[in-house]
Amino acid sequence: MEEELHGAEAIHGEEVGGLVFHPLDQFIVRPLFGENGDPVHWYTITNATFWMALTVLAVALLLVYGARGRATVPSRSQSMAELLYGFTHKMVEDVAGKEALRYFPWIMTLFCFILFANFLGLIPMSFASTSHIAVTAVLGFGVFFAVTIIGFVKHGTKFLGLFWMSEAPLVLRPVIAVIELISYFVRPVSHSIRLAGNIVAGHAMIKVFAGFAAIAAVSPLSILAITAIYGLEVLVAGIQAYVFAILTCIYLKDALHPSH
Amino acid sequence: MEPDAIEADAVVTPEGAADLGAHTLAHDQTGAGMPQLDFNYYPNLIFWLVIALVAIYFILSRFALPRIGAVLAERSGTITNDLAAAEELRGRAADAEKAYDKALADARTEANAIVAEAKAEIQVELDAEMAKADARIAEKTAESEAAIAEIKAGATENVSIVARDVAREIVTALGGEADGSAVDQAVDDKMGARA
Repeated sequence: MEEELHGAEAIHGEEVGGLVFHPLDQFIVRPLFGENGDPVHWYTITNATFWMALTVLAVALLLVYGARGRATVPSRSQSMAELLYGFTHKMVEDVAGKEALRYFPWIMTLFCFILFANFLGLIPMSFASTSHIAVTAVLGFGVFFAVTIIGFVKHGTKFLGLFWMSEAPLVLRPVIAVIELISYFVRPVSHSIRLAGNIVAGHAMIKVFAGFAAIAAVSPLSILAITAIYGLEVLVAGIQAYVFAILTCIYLKDALHPSH
Repeated sequence: MEPDAIEADAVVTPEGAADLGAHTLAHDQTGAGMPQLDFNYYPNLIFWLVIALVAIYFILSRFALPRIGAVLAERSGTITNDLAAAEELRGRAADAEKAYDKALADARTEANAIVAEAKAEIQVELDAEMAKADARIAEKTAESEAAIAEIKAGATENVSIVARDVAREIVTALGGEADGSAVDQAVDDKMGARA
């Protein structure tokens, strides 16, 4: 963590008094080992690597170690794991239907990763993996391509019926088809920017209020505000993970049942 | 990002000036200043993200999900079995209650039958005793009546004898000659008229 502080100083120069805000420094990707300013290659072990590894570890801790008892009457950690399982399973089944349960492990993977990355990102001085558009875009476009491929493999050209409203008047159908097509291609963009945007905004806001805390007169107010926003961010962390997962289910439903 | 540049300008110290070079260099790398838009990070982030996702998918699909799914299925199975067992036990309890009620009703009707039989038996016996008693009473009555009749007859004869004697004595006392047969005749007539 000290290294992180040090890194911020190195990039921005020494800070001599006054109000200095670097709300976006927390999102900088740094090599975990070696000198600051070392180039970040694709294979470099960075703070992003470290926090994603922690995310994997946290998921494993809850869902494998926590549920190790296999008890009929569950322990606390086991019932938490079961709750997460049951919640996601029910969501997939309710939203996308029974045949979507084949893809349940994938949706569970996405949901768990985003949920735990969001929560771990809320630890002070941590790195929020889901704040990077590169990360959320891979998730969003991954879902987009997977769903589109599933749609074409299952239904062939009939999948295009998704864009052809057979209930609408014939004159309007081409217009609606164009709108539907555009909205379909905007999906992955909104899907990924929504998540990253929410996380960035919250974290940056906390950092800005933390900057104000340097002034003694406003520091109590600032700390109060940080506390309040932190609470809000805990909520946002859960809700955004849920939103991402349920939208994935909705897109999957469109791919499995393209007819309106 | 502009604010950073302004801030860097404001810090004009020798070291700061030295840093300024590195700083602007860093900023050229970081594009618009938002780390999210620095494409130098993208390969790294994407590579490690894919590794993390594959790791999570492997952990979930190999270990976590089958295990939790099995536990949940087992639990719902246990609950269903327990409910079925409870249902069966309740059915058995209901059967037992029905059997008990039936036994009670049977016992009651049997008791009633026994009471009725006993009553009938007693009635028969009672009737027989009654008849016997009646017969004895009738016999006694007849005996008594006979005795009374005898006594009555005896008394009447005594009365007629006394009356004849008294009549003869009276006739004699009045100085007449008692005609035996006439006196008897007269007494019998009088008594006959009385009776």
